[in-house]
Amino acid sequence: MFETAFTPWQSLGGGLLIGTSAVLLMLVSGRVMGATGVLAGLVAPVSRADATWRLVLLLGMLTAPLVYLLITGRMPEVSVPVSTPMLILGGLVVGVGVTFGGGCTSGHGVCGIARLSPRSIVATLVFMASCIATVFVIRHVIGG
Amino acid sequence: MRLVLIFCIGLIFGLGIVISGMANPAKVLNFFDIAGTWDPSLAFVMGGALAVTGLGYRVVFGRGEPVFGGRFHLPLSAQIDARLVAGSALFGVGWGMAGFCPGGALPALGTGIADVFIFTGALIVGILGAKTLQARGFGRAFH
Repeated sequence: MFETAFTPWQSLGGGLLIGTSAVLLMLVSGRVMGATGVLAGLVAPVSRADATWRLVLLLGMLTAPLVYLLITGRMPEVSVPVSTPMLILGGLVVGVGVTFGGGCTSGHGVCGIARLSPRSIVATLVFMASCIATVFVIRHVIGG
Repeated sequence: MRLVLIFCIGLIFGLGIVISGMANPAKVLNFFDIAGTWDPSLAFVMGGALAVTGLGYRVVFGRGEPVFGGRFHLPLSAQIDARLVAGSALFGVGWGMAGFCPGGALPALGTGIADVFIFTGALIVGILGAKTLQARGFGRAFH
């Protein structure tokens, strides 16, 4: 547990870019910008054409840290303050959860809420609440 | 042409994720640690993304169809069932454990940091495992 700097402008700017990409993907392809859907459609493809656009979108995402490096002169900060077993267990639980829940922060939290989908509003409130509860238990009940 | 645009869209999304801090588990976990080292930055990510998407979607849906034809692929179900709630609750638990959500992890793979690959590997196993369970009918009883 350590402090991270409050970065409202940077975070707002990043959010505006995320929103822009979501609008453009709907405009160009009629698709929801959901990371879960993109990944699930790649690891369990339904057709070749369907997997192709998802792969291209993913390649674009993967290029972002490099472009960030070229612009700012440093890699984006990715610090993982949890143990490897916790990271693996968390990954498994996220994978199961987003599959049954039908989406994650980008699909439900941004694209779904933007079109006022009741399912997405409920999903987002639930995962935000359970995430807050989990962090509280790990850091202040078990860890405290 | 369409694929070039899609690559650029992925890049814009990825830049948004890495600039905003969503790819940084230390920052994400601090956003959710209201009782501890709270960092409210990520509320601004959500606010910015929702403002643009909410307005932009109105314009796009007003067109009737996407630029390259076809239709808008939107989830049809409006039903709030136990599967949606239980799945989302589990997602939040995993997010609170690892600090990565899928959208935060995918662009971060481009940094080459091993932890991101470990998380994403486990994420894929979880997705495939859940899909196998769904194919066997698990979860249908929740409806």
